[in-house]
Amino acid sequence: MITLLFFSYLKEAVGNEQIKMEYTPITIKQLKQQLETDYGLDLQHVMVAVNEEYAQEGQLLQPGDTIAFIPPVSGG
Amino acid sequence: MSTSLFTITDKPISIEEVVQKVIRPEAGAVTAFIGTVREFTNGKRTLFLQYEAYVSMAEKMLEQIGKEISERWPEAKVAITHRIGRLDISDLAVVIAVSTPHRKDAYEANQYAIERIKQIVPIWKKEHWEDGTEWVGNQLETKAYPTGKPEGEDLA
Repeated sequence: MITLLFFSYLKEAVGNEQIKMEYTPITIKQLKQQLETDYGLDLQHVMVAVNEEYAQEGQLLQPGDTIAFIPPVSGG
Repeated sequence: MSTSLFTITDKPISIEEVVQKVIRPEAGAVTAFIGTVREFTNGKRTLFLQYEAYVSMAEKMLEQIGKEISERWPEAKVAITHRIGRLDISDLAVVIAVSTPHRKDAYEANQYAIERIKQIVPIWKKEHWEDGTEWVGNQLETKAYPTGKPEGEDLA
């Protein structure tokens, strides 16, 4: 299994803060494309963190990963 | 309040407590940056803000900013507390305290910290305007992330 986390407007768009998914060996880029299709999202400007570290699009997911979708941040 | 130097809290922030975390005999200067909730942005009136964070990662990223500051200003000591949840006008959203032996470094390192918070720390604010709500994206408007990811220094 992998865990997906959504924040800010993405959480509202997906309707969930957290989704569990069956693990498949895909990259972050492929996962983003899948979610864009399934939920009608635009993830072009959304960063991704795997297990609380920013990750590159080409990174291959591992079983048990927690993948967070991080819209442009607005703290401070 | 937490004794940790880098904290996300849903409680009001005490400026004094954050500042006390960096007071030490080696310091001759302490700067405190205090970010507050602004009522008017480009003529639009804010009623209140809602801040949300990926708390565990946000605290790690604040720690990372602390490490970056140690590399650039080895004699600096930094403490950062960011509040989340509902904040009203003039509430304190963030307090950054930096102590150094001499004042110039304390000013510079403090500014560095707030700029980095706005780049890499997973915290979002939702504006509740008089006439609706809006999640605020990148308020710096300097980062478009055309490849969909942070690059270069943002990942450092």
